[in-house]
Amino acid sequence: MSVLVIAEHDHRRLFPATRHAVFAAQQLGLDVDVLVAGCDCRDVAVSATALAGVRSVLLAEAAHYAAQTAENLAALVAAQAGPYSHVLTSASAFGKNLLPRIAALLDVEQVSDVCRILSADTFVRPVYAGNALATVRNANAKKVLSIRAAAFSAVEEGGNGTVLEIAASPDLGLVEVLRRDRRDAGRAELGLARVVVAGGRGVGSCDDFNRLLTPLADKLGAALGASYGAVSAGYAAPDLQIGQTGKIIAPDLYVAVGISGAIQHLAGIKDAKIIVAINKDPEAPIFKVADYGLVADLFEAVPALVAALG
Amino acid sequence: MKILVPVKRVVDPCVAVRVKPDASGIDASGVRMSMNPFDEIAVEAAVRFREAGVAAEVVAVSCGVPASQEVLRTAMAIGADRGILVETANELSPLAVAKLLKAVCAEEKPDLVICGKQAVDDDANQTGQMLAALLGWPQATFASALDIVDGRVCVTRDLDDGREALRLPMPAVVTTELGLNEPRYATLPNIMKARKKPLRVVAPGELGGEPSVGVMTIEWAEPPVRRAGVRVESVTDLVDRLRAAKVL
Amino acid sequence: MTRESIEFDVVVVGGGPAGLAAAIRLRQLAQAQALDLSVCVLEKAAEIGAHVLSGAVMDPRALDELLPEWRHAGAPFDAPVADAHFLWLGASRSLCLPTALLPQCFHHDGGFVVSLGEVCRWLAQQAEAQGVEIFPGFAAIDVLFDADGAVAGVITGDAGRQADGSAGPNFQPGIEVRGRYTIFAEGCRGPLGKRLMAQYRLRDGVAPQTYGLGIKELWEVPAAQSHPGRVVHTCGWPLRADTYGGGFVYHQSGGRVAVGLVVGLGYRNPYLSPFEEFQRFKTHPALRGVLAGGRRVAFGAASVVSGGIGALPALAFPGGVLVGDEAGFLNPARSKGSHTAMKSGMLAAEAVVTAVQAGRHNDVLVEYPQAVCDSWLYRELWGVRNFKSWLDKGLFVGGALFGIEQKLFGASAPWTLSPCPADHLRLDKASDSAAIVYPKPDGVLSFDRASSVFLSNIRHDAQQPCHLRLKDPELPIRVNLAEYDAPEQRYCPAGVYEIRHEADGRAVLQINAQNCLHCKTCDIKDPSQNIEWTPPEGGDGPSYPAM
Repeated sequence: MSVLVIAEHDHRRLFPATRHAVFAAQQLGLDVDVLVAGCDCRDVAVSATALAGVRSVLLAEAAHYAAQTAENLAALVAAQAGPYSHVLTSASAFGKNLLPRIAALLDVEQVSDVCRILSADTFVRPVYAGNALATVRNANAKKVLSIRAAAFSAVEEGGNGTVLEIAASPDLGLVEVLRRDRRDAGRAELGLARVVVAGGRGVGSCDDFNRLLTPLADKLGAALGASYGAVSAGYAAPDLQIGQTGKIIAPDLYVAVGISGAIQHLAGIKDAKIIVAINKDPEAPIFKVADYGLVADLFEAVPALVAALG
Repeated sequence: MKILVPVKRVVDPCVAVRVKPDASGIDASGVRMSMNPFDEIAVEAAVRFREAGVAAEVVAVSCGVPASQEVLRTAMAIGADRGILVETANELSPLAVAKLLKAVCAEEKPDLVICGKQAVDDDANQTGQMLAALLGWPQATFASALDIVDGRVCVTRDLDDGREALRLPMPAVVTTELGLNEPRYATLPNIMKARKKPLRVVAPGELGGEPSVGVMTIEWAEPPVRRAGVRVESVTDLVDRLRAAKVL
Repeated sequence: MTRESIEFDVVVVGGGPAGLAAAIRLRQLAQAQALDLSVCVLEKAAEIGAHVLSGAVMDPRALDELLPEWRHAGAPFDAPVADAHFLWLGASRSLCLPTALLPQCFHHDGGFVVSLGEVCRWLAQQAEAQGVEIFPGFAAIDVLFDADGAVAGVITGDAGRQADGSAGPNFQPGIEVRGRYTIFAEGCRGPLGKRLMAQYRLRDGVAPQTYGLGIKELWEVPAAQSHPGRVVHTCGWPLRADTYGGGFVYHQSGGRVAVGLVVGLGYRNPYLSPFEEFQRFKTHPALRGVLAGGRRVAFGAASVVSGGIGALPALAFPGGVLVGDEAGFLNPARSKGSHTAMKSGMLAAEAVVTAVQAGRHNDVLVEYPQAVCDSWLYRELWGVRNFKSWLDKGLFVGGALFGIEQKLFGASAPWTLSPCPADHLRLDKASDSAAIVYPKPDGVLSFDRASSVFLSNIRHDAQQPCHLRLKDPELPIRVNLAEYDAPEQRYCPAGVYEIRHEADGRAVLQINAQNCLHCKTCDIKDPSQNIEWTPPEGGDGPSYPAM
């Protein structure tokens, strides 16, 4: 009984999500190995050996792992999975794309978005957009789990695992990756952003929406959003709308500026880790869900906040 | 070419679901059901290919209870040509559905399968990828743009930190992201036409048997309700607290 | 604009009990007489039953006539009335009125505690099995007239219009749905019915219709507090004796309890808030005992007609008829309208089939009002014709006198009281009224509007023109705010209307149309009749699971 965690990386560094997945793997109380498949990515494997509690790091290097396609990676993992009782990745876009393909090749079911591990075969996961939590028992011979990274800590450094080179599997050649654009600069996308700044009707006009909120979003590296009220008043574009009828977001930090907190809006932000509300109406419903509420005139508070953030 | 679109009947995303008082499941009595919204996007994408003359036929398929015929009719009202219901009263897992779909693909021999990226009930996000694996086909998940050029599928995929452009030979499996299109409104005359389109009901037994399910939900719970936090006195106070909470 | 057009023999507007009963009866008669008769039902809700809200204790009389086999056809009637109680509530105490003292119309023997929404879903299945074409998600927004001025069908709403009225990328124009006859079954205060009553002067010589606003919640209660089949009606607190209305507590099967309050919209004090009255109602010791430890699972609101027989308009006009609550067939004394609604739909269907067999179309179905007059429906309503007028004299005096009238004379009282004036005319000026201070919601038994509306599973596409139209956009501030302190802020149970103050201190009326529960109280109660309720995009609105 041991666990294989599939590393997510860009061939140069290990992504933080993998540290969370390794932490989750250790909750199972079993030996943990990490698989790094890539192209010229020995540094990644070495950094994975440094994760506390990692036994060994399987390293498969080949040019056809450069694009990290699900087809080639799944074939490799399925070939390596024999000795392992559990196969894990984080439930990132990478993990969501890859893991079901592995599970199907192994002819076992997968449990997605695990947010708690109760035992080696019993897990808790959110369903219905987070409106319910299901405790599931997995009777499959191998447990294939994707891990909601935010629900687990990141594993510390301090390990002394070893790198084991393994043979690459043949290139299936099924997919051509024509282009990969990583968004390092520029505004984060609303649905995926870790920080979101949104304005409501209280902002008062389209000009003020941009004038006040853009500097704050820039300062926080945040995506811009808007309430239904702000969109319907024409202060912001419809694709910025957050809420039941717009985008459902789950950022680490959500800053609501001049948003009263209509039900439709609250439905879209309830999974935000920390909610900050700035509103001049102390009775505004947004304060009922905000972790930090500031009753203030937003035209003074927002520029002051930008200044205070340095 | 032929496009197959799997569709699922789910609790309407506008309905606030509740866990039953005895924690045995979701209370779905009288609750409105509709087509999984990501599947609607998939149907729309397929129908656009048919209208553009790229595809010759669009077949919608669903696995589930008899009432799933309703979502097949909805798919046909958007423009799918016919429907197939693999009828079972049992709970199916994504792998079980993928196996049934594989059997349907063996009969129908589609060139392209377009799936929703996930169903909004179990939020699993597995079926399309599993189907691709079982068939040995290439996959392109989370498509925000989709085209067919010179017999190959061109997809822009939405990732956590950017996008990538893929080119796949057919047959292939594509799963849809929200931004791919905005599904049309089904018109009343098209709903009437859809009621007359062919809909075949098959039993899992005709497709090699119903796959077993090994992941069981043993308990349901509602997430903790969000509570009000603290009122901060000033902008400085706010910034201090955010720093202390390590979100800045 | 040229619209696509489709044709049926009969177009039914509205998929509630009246419309569905009409559709079923039409197909039954057509099949029995080998008549080729196509029938469609248009329903604005995304599915049948999703906009239906009622108590409800149902009298199965009409259903027995329509589908005699219903007891063996899986109908959702699993809670026959077991025991009925009538309570007078004081602020902290209650008095149970002995059943023997109550007139027959307050008895519920043979009735069933049901969810009318579930009943309608079941009726829709029966209708489809009979060959009725049902189209949920399509609102009829206008009446189609032929060259002779007769109704020729309806026009369905456009889909995909932007907020400014322009066509969006997915725009689909509405279509014409034509029929030889059109049966209007929109329910209480239907917008097309309102238009037809004006166009054909159907209300000439009849009393103004009066209304109540019913607000209802569904609770799951601990097993020890659940008594399936128990029916409790209340009068008195929290309403003042001069405000018409009353509460109900209906125990359904499965540990569910429907609790509601109907507030007569003829109330005078502009500070009255039916929503807050209802929230307060649940905190009475008599209700606390039922609800404590339970969980609220659904919320909704709907207006109900209460004018009775004196307020019934002319029922037929060229090409169409009014049925159910659209016409006002609810029996206000029994607080029951589904059996009368169904019966009226069935009678209309019978008249349509007679006419179609005679080769007629788009003319006045004179057989329908005649059949109503000859039926138990008319006799039942005639018997309680004075109920609303008696109650208008106050709960104590009027209620007692109504009881005495019913006990002594039954239906044959030698008098008919003069009718009540229309609800919108009855508001006193704010300056002449005492403000009402309502307790803050406790979050256990009583709640605020926002969390309540959330439980109605509401959806409105944000990008569409506002479906609540103001004839004069300045009037809400100039008149309603100045003279009545903007009563729409309080009578709307969903918080659609808000007075907001701009930075320069100017007051504006903000309409949160996306919260609208389709109860139509604004259309009824606005003192200047300045608000016009129109259907939003088809499929929008609440999605009641089992109300």
